[in-house]
Amino acid sequence: MATQQSRSAARLMMAPAVVLLLGWMLVPLSMTLYFSFKKYLPLRGGDLGWVGFENYSRFVSSSAFWPSVQTTLIIVGSVLLITVIFGVLLALLLDQPMWGQGIVRILVIAPFFVMPTVSALVWKNIFMDPVNGLFAHLWRVFGAEPVQWLSQASLPSLIMIVSWQWLPFATLILLTAIQSLDSEQLEAAEMDGASPLKRFWYIILPHLGRAITIVILIQTIFLLAVFAEIFVTTGGAFGTKTLTYLIFQRVLESQNVGLGSAGGVYAIILANIIALFLMRIVGKNLDA
Amino acid sequence: MARAVTQQRKIINTVLAWVIGLLIFFPILWTFLTSFKTEATAIADPPVFLFFDWTLENYTEVQNRSDYLKHFTNSVIIAVGSTILGVLIAIPAAWSMAFVPSKRTKDILLWMLSTKMLPAVGVLYPIYLIFIELRLLDSKIGLTIILMLINLPIIVWMLYTYFKEIPNEILEAARMDGATLKSEIFYVLTPMAVPGIASTVLLNVILAWNEAFWTLNLTAAKAAPLTAFIASYSSPEGLFYAKLSAASTMAIAPILIMGWFSQKQLVRGLTFGAVK
Amino acid sequence: MKLAKAIFGATAMSLAATVAFAESLTIATVNNGDMIRMQKLTDDFTKQTGHSVEWVTLEENVLRQRVTTDITTKGGQFDIMTIGMYETPIWGKNGWLVPLDDLSADYNADDILPAMKGGLSYDGTMFASPFYGESSMIMYRTDLMEKAGMEMPEAPSWSFIAKAARSMTDRDNEINGICLRGKAGWGEGGAFITAMSNSFGARWFDEDWNAQFDTREWSDTLNFFVNMMNDAGPPGYATNGFNENLSLFQQGKCGMWIDATVAASFVTNPDDSTVADKVGFSLAPDNGMGVRSNWLWAWALAIPAGTKKEAAAKEFIEWATSNSYIELVAEKEGWANVPPGARTSLYENPEYKDIPFAKMTLDSILSADPNNSTVDPSPYVGVQFAAIPEFAGIATEVSQEFSAAYAGQQTVAEALAKAQALTNDAMEAAGYR
Repeated sequence: MATQQSRSAARLMMAPAVVLLLGWMLVPLSMTLYFSFKKYLPLRGGDLGWVGFENYSRFVSSSAFWPSVQTTLIIVGSVLLITVIFGVLLALLLDQPMWGQGIVRILVIAPFFVMPTVSALVWKNIFMDPVNGLFAHLWRVFGAEPVQWLSQASLPSLIMIVSWQWLPFATLILLTAIQSLDSEQLEAAEMDGASPLKRFWYIILPHLGRAITIVILIQTIFLLAVFAEIFVTTGGAFGTKTLTYLIFQRVLESQNVGLGSAGGVYAIILANIIALFLMRIVGKNLDA
Repeated sequence: MARAVTQQRKIINTVLAWVIGLLIFFPILWTFLTSFKTEATAIADPPVFLFFDWTLENYTEVQNRSDYLKHFTNSVIIAVGSTILGVLIAIPAAWSMAFVPSKRTKDILLWMLSTKMLPAVGVLYPIYLIFIELRLLDSKIGLTIILMLINLPIIVWMLYTYFKEIPNEILEAARMDGATLKSEIFYVLTPMAVPGIASTVLLNVILAWNEAFWTLNLTAAKAAPLTAFIASYSSPEGLFYAKLSAASTMAIAPILIMGWFSQKQLVRGLTFGAVK
Repeated sequence: MKLAKAIFGATAMSLAATVAFAESLTIATVNNGDMIRMQKLTDDFTKQTGHSVEWVTLEENVLRQRVTTDITTKGGQFDIMTIGMYETPIWGKNGWLVPLDDLSADYNADDILPAMKGGLSYDGTMFASPFYGESSMIMYRTDLMEKAGMEMPEAPSWSFIAKAARSMTDRDNEINGICLRGKAGWGEGGAFITAMSNSFGARWFDEDWNAQFDTREWSDTLNFFVNMMNDAGPPGYATNGFNENLSLFQQGKCGMWIDATVAASFVTNPDDSTVADKVGFSLAPDNGMGVRSNWLWAWALAIPAGTKKEAAAKEFIEWATSNSYIELVAEKEGWANVPPGARTSLYENPEYKDIPFAKMTLDSILSADPNNSTVDPSPYVGVQFAAIPEFAGIATEVSQEFSAAYAGQQTVAEALAKAQALTNDAMEAAGYR
């Protein structure tokens, strides 16, 4: 089918993208690796020589390391769970006949367009502030003590902010998938007396499998890198320090580039473990 | 009877969907409304919703303090530039993956995505040093290239899934007619894939517009986009909810409006090959 | 021959002058009120010198991250950076800043308050010029104090403050006896608790750079703070920094507030503050150990070494930190709004003497001594910080542990134990121990 000629042409055309990304990966990666074996303290004159694996052992032995891995996994996992579950429900709802469907869809997808920095600032100040925030006002109306969102419920608050940003994305993809479902199949099942729950479980959900996989894959990539939301809301305090944030603290706040680079290598390893795990599922699902 | 039931269900659906939709949209609406309040009204208890003296003073103050137009223009140039550049590089790659697949195609695709998992903070120093060498700091070109590289994997992947949906026979027919590879891609394939390309462009403009790490750290005065603009409003002294709301509205409005106007494209295209 | 040389020299000079003319300066600064005012007055500078200015105004945390990356990599993005007393001696020592020892006679560098000049110098050379200087002091509501039947002494003790805070508190009317910083970050809650700990006899390090968080002094400090704030502080104080407390105080929700002296002009400004005419001032409290809990800080302008626009940058610094700039602000916005704490002559100015907080600001500044800030001897310079490169990173993490204790996520003892471990660990990594 494909000729020899088109094969080599194909390779040639793939080249720019592959070479660029290879460069984008290799150049910083090798520099990170290089720094990670150095005692590199910019405020003390920069390069202070090789230190072997010292940065690596120091980074993991720090008391902040394991909690940060845990926090990362909790944030990624919870946001995925929330966006997928609510995304499916919302997509099912939006697929039903109703008035003003177009406008509702506009309302629902809006958070996706909001800059993470802006969304974090607005949530933190205008909504979650324990004195002047809208939630505090609301709580007081009902005679309740306002919740100190970002200090006492820091992780749930953060998860909520991030989920709000990503729910539209999940909903959109899932909605498109539901709309492509063969309605005759559903009607037939309905005729046969299958309950709505059964129809959902045996027909709709399997059909959504691929879409859910895609949502998980894309969101994981972005969620592992969540940064602005934490920087703005808690600055890494109250148990919201993710691995990415810990690296930021080591590199920029402590100005220890060597230590931070070792952390970067760990983060790459973690990301790749998750990626491998994901690709297993996605790979299977993508072929179908 | 059946009609009545559906009618009733339609009403329930409508109410439910509107309530949820408004709830999700509420933070944005509230920010928008707050931007027209005075600082004192912005924190009033109980909060005022619509009935207050609308004022534009926050917008004037924000504009007096920072040159909105400059940041806006930079955002447009960087977001659109990086996306177009990315699409130009991705089209040939996606073509060859879709129409001349090999055993390794999927691996390459997944590898490309995995480059996105590199933690940005970890490579800030290396990139900063490289940018100094190449004199790319605070330049729109430098930022355009970085954002293009960040989003390239997504662009390639999206285009790949759209191209795959196009029947191979059409391209083969074109080839029979003696079309060269170049004309095959640009005159046959690309026009057919316009909807897909359009939604790829849209999604990536949004992603580039909202990128806040590199755009903040690699710019100073000249190339600073709206993310830098907003970074000067995060904690001014004293009451600032109204000013923050005005600045936030100014930063997100362009992309929000663009998103809404093109939402059909965006929705149709946002499938990543998930729909068959 | 001589003449020819002189003519040649003169031409060269005028040439240099024309070349220097009409530069465009890029200045990085914080988004504090005084800097934003400076930004608005830039036209005056451009009119005088012909140089134009491009501002990069960022929030404090972002600014620090941005300028530090640039200075350590010699990126050369900025011609002037706004930095503080913490950064200046460290960067000056590394040779990253242009010495400011040759400013013009008109500028009158001798007029700069010695405490400020000292904190912005390394080895006797000034590397940054103070735009404004500050210490910390008590700002309190005279009406609420009266209502509580108490009288604020000029130099109160912590036990008085705690008592006053508890009796002023009226939770039903949203009046908190005292508002203090609890927000994580070395320049936020970290700065406050460090200055407070000084008055309790605590210190960050002993003379061999061992962390001191396992001492009774630190545990006393933190327990005192947490107990007082739980009884008399605002809800969610663990996330309150300078700005949050300022807006609480301006809304009349705080009985007392111990914070930067520059805040005095904001809380007494009737445009922004609902309590402008009911504010009194007094020195930051002590604990009978001979050290008060006030800090010393300056936001200052510095020129990164290697900039090609050094001459123009110096012109800007001479403009922005001069007496004539102070007069310019006074003329446009009134004397209460001029940048305070930088120059001696300001406090000798009869028009400024009438400002209610002028004297207390000066007294507070004069009573802080960066070289001798702790009860027991310490190896570091600085009141609310230790002027070593590692401090910012360590203190941010330590203050995060403290904030978690303020929020009730862990006990004071747990927070101190973690702070002790992570500080020693970081100091070991840096090679001090």
